[in-house]
Amino acid sequence: MSYTYGPGGREIPIFQKLREFNWSFVFLICVIGSIGVAMLYSTAQGNMEPWASRQLIRFIIGLCVLFVVAMVDIRVWMSLAYPAYVITLAMLIGVEFAGVEGKGAQRWLDLGLFRVQPSEVMKIALVLALARYIHGQTFPDMSRIRKLVPALVLVAIPVAFVLRQPDLGTSLLLLVGSGMMLFLAGVSWRIVGVAGATAVGAAVVGWQFLKEYQKQRVLTFMSPESDPMGAGYHILQSKIALGSGGVFGKGYLQGTQSQLNFLPEKHTDFIFTMYSEEFGLMGGIVLLGLYFVLLAYGFYFSYHCRNHFGRLVCTGVMATFLLYIVINVAMVMGLLPVVGVPLPLVSYGGTAMMTLMFGFGLVMSVWVHREIEIPLTSKGMF
Amino acid sequence: MQLDSRDGDRFETFTRRAAILALGTTGIFTGLAARMYYLQVVESTQYKMLAEENRVNRRLLTPLRGRILDRFGVDLAANRQNLRVVLVPEQTKDIDATLDALTKIVVVPESYRRRVKRAAARQARFIPVTVMENLSWEEFARINVRSPDLPGIHPEVGKARDYPYSDRLAHVIGYVAKPSDGDMKGDKDPLLQLPEFRIGKSGLEKTLDKNLRGRAGASHVEVNAYGRVIRELSRAEGQPGEDLSLTLDMEIQNFVYRRLEGQSAAVVVMDVKNGDIISIASAPAFDPNAFNKGLSQSEWDGLRNNKFKPLINKTIAGLYSPGSTFKTITALTALKSELVDPNERVFCGGKTRLGRREFHCWKKRGHGWMDMHNGIKNSCNVYFFDLARKIGIDQIYEMATQFGLGQTYDIGIPGEKPGLVPSNGWKQAVRGEPWVGGDTFNTAIGQGFLLTTPLQLAVMAARIANGKEAVSPRLVRSIGAKTETKDEKVKSLPIDPAWMSLVQQGMIAVMNEPGGTAFGSRLRGKGLSMAGKTGTVQVSRISRQERADGVVKNEDKPWERRDHGWFIGFGPIDNPRYAISVLVEHGGGGSKAAAPVARDIMREVLTRDPASLSNREVAVMTSLSQEEGGS
Repeated sequence: MSYTYGPGGREIPIFQKLREFNWSFVFLICVIGSIGVAMLYSTAQGNMEPWASRQLIRFIIGLCVLFVVAMVDIRVWMSLAYPAYVITLAMLIGVEFAGVEGKGAQRWLDLGLFRVQPSEVMKIALVLALARYIHGQTFPDMSRIRKLVPALVLVAIPVAFVLRQPDLGTSLLLLVGSGMMLFLAGVSWRIVGVAGATAVGAAVVGWQFLKEYQKQRVLTFMSPESDPMGAGYHILQSKIALGSGGVFGKGYLQGTQSQLNFLPEKHTDFIFTMYSEEFGLMGGIVLLGLYFVLLAYGFYFSYHCRNHFGRLVCTGVMATFLLYIVINVAMVMGLLPVVGVPLPLVSYGGTAMMTLMFGFGLVMSVWVHREIEIPLTSKGMF
Repeated sequence: MQLDSRDGDRFETFTRRAAILALGTTGIFTGLAARMYYLQVVESTQYKMLAEENRVNRRLLTPLRGRILDRFGVDLAANRQNLRVVLVPEQTKDIDATLDALTKIVVVPESYRRRVKRAAARQARFIPVTVMENLSWEEFARINVRSPDLPGIHPEVGKARDYPYSDRLAHVIGYVAKPSDGDMKGDKDPLLQLPEFRIGKSGLEKTLDKNLRGRAGASHVEVNAYGRVIRELSRAEGQPGEDLSLTLDMEIQNFVYRRLEGQSAAVVVMDVKNGDIISIASAPAFDPNAFNKGLSQSEWDGLRNNKFKPLINKTIAGLYSPGSTFKTITALTALKSELVDPNERVFCGGKTRLGRREFHCWKKRGHGWMDMHNGIKNSCNVYFFDLARKIGIDQIYEMATQFGLGQTYDIGIPGEKPGLVPSNGWKQAVRGEPWVGGDTFNTAIGQGFLLTTPLQLAVMAARIANGKEAVSPRLVRSIGAKTETKDEKVKSLPIDPAWMSLVQQGMIAVMNEPGGTAFGSRLRGKGLSMAGKTGTVQVSRISRQERADGVVKNEDKPWERRDHGWFIGFGPIDNPRYAISVLVEHGGGGSKAAAPVARDIMREVLTRDPASLSNREVAVMTSLSQEEGGS
């Protein structure tokens, strides 16, 4: 089956879109989301309030967002890529001046109706903008410095602002996610090697510019047992809770360490620890498996996509998703420093949930519109 | 449709690199799963233990300290209710306002307020802070009634050690206080860590602390990360401390202290049959309750600088020359040596010579012709100097030791001193000088190197009264359910009853024959009788000049230079039951300072004695018939 809708041409009829919709992907998201709501219920010692009910509402709204975004033609998103990037960047700069403090960092922007975290939105906007730019470059161009510089600028500006908030975790996430997209775009191995070396150098230099609490987090990660009641408390308590879960866990609502508040931030960053304490190794592997299947879907979608923009958006979103999972899970198991990255679809948090569902909507849009070809010089729909 | 050829290159590279990334992702997920396996399976046991440590908090429950009772079961040291109020900071919005409201009921001093606020700021807000302790029942009740208006204030009933007889047993029972750092170093009992725990610091409280202490109970509670108790998992009540039952009679003890008021003195009353200490009193004393609560610097200085030395237990730690009370031992030594005929008379002209040294009798004009009976009755020094010419120091040493001097008895009060009975060997070893005849003269009248405690002299009096057995003093009758028995069998005294009787008769004469040194303090009354021996200890040597000018009367000297007065005795005179020793520091001569005290106490003891109460009539009859039959 093939589609004959040309560049800038007609849209796919809505019923056909719904038929193309990948329902098993959405089902998988729902399963993981339910785990999240269930864990937030347990976090509140068996109460829907204050987290589980709100998370559920957000998740349902998120599903609606997913549907709407998926229905929109991928070329529309291509056209909106740069404007969205500019608006998000403006909000990010706005945080500098009108941001609301949260946990010692300026991350929130009050838009009257609701508060958003521009750095979260930027994760999607940057994927779109970068995909849009790479789409317009030929394969050999991707290894030309001259052609790479605009891409690097696209990445560097938001990273710089996020770093200033300061939010080391998100800025690294943006940086690595973008790097993965450029890698997939076919940047020559030589440049990949140089970039890798530069990253190591930058890490050494960047260390000097880190805030004290950020340095402390890294140092604590190196040896949490050296200061069990101070900076190492979070990691140590997380390992105790997780390790004491054993193979089958202590049972739902029975996680003593989490229920008795030994575990910090258990509704956000450390929710995986709580989950693993209550459901053990088995539960942990099931959740990781679900994530893995979801990621596999993403790669499958991108493989079947006939336009470069769609492929890049799909992998870009999934790469961000992957980084979230890996950083969060590695963090709670004491493999990475505590950087404040939530577990996607499970941790409590509005903006992250919306951003993620929007991203999944884009992924689904790529799948629904996979047969559409977009010429190199196309600007999208308009 | 066909793909743009350039897009074909991009697609191929994209697919290849996506495969690389997918492979990497698989690797990373495998790594995460492996780490999870490591934490949840390999290291799980350790983390489970740590989790349990996190969760379960073991709290010790303070056991009730054992009581101390007198021989009739009267509480001497008990645990009274400590009515107190605590404040839970998290339950009130404004600590100051709450304390202001509390002040309207009981005045909370400013210093308490500061302490409460400091504690509240330092620790978690749900931990109670003690505001006031030892409230009266009325105050406590008022707070209880008003507690709805006092957010965060909780009236509580705790336990505190109480000594109802205050200073009257301070030296015997001692006191308890918070364990010091040193206590904690030496004793690893976790009880010592508890804030309300008190440890015995002196007296029986210290010696038998381990018995009184009991065993801690434990409550296992589940706590959350902030230490707040969620629920109790298990509770094991501890074992309360063992009760001590003493041989003391608190009524007598009270009487003794009343009698000693205003004096620096020591009294020991003993049962001559079994060694039970009926009363042991060192006056003045201190209030042990004050030590329990914590003493102010001025109170402490007041006790330390008091010239009557209330902190020293004179009954066991005060060392004094026995004075003339020791003449009983000299007489027994002479009789045993068989070198002396008790009826042989010695002339006392007020002084005697040994080589070139002069030795004086206390009576300047002399006593005239003295036999042993009169020598004891008049306490004639010259008579005993004469005995000293015939006997050696080593014989005296042996006799003194048999009658309980120069040793400790471990009655349970720490700080007991052995005193000193000098001997030839001792002088050579310690002083590096040979024993000389003058030393024997001094020892014979209880002066010189001899050092004794009131307890030792009570033992000596008890053994003289008993006549057959070397009874040892006993203060603790039972610990818990176990009766304290002496390890060794009571030794018999290898003294001929006839000799014993001679000395006893001499002591009877001291109090009951006109001219006896304590005749003025004789005990009269139905069925009441006692015998005794006075003693006077010069605190400063009388110089030749003073003697020539006439000895200055005691009353004219400053208190510190007055003589110590001694009295030892027993009663009733037939079939003696109780022995007593009385020391009055700087009270003047024994007959004037100590004998009246001993008589009053003995009267009280004999009157209270259940045997004397029931056998009163019989006793009277016996004593009458003896008087008729006696010489």
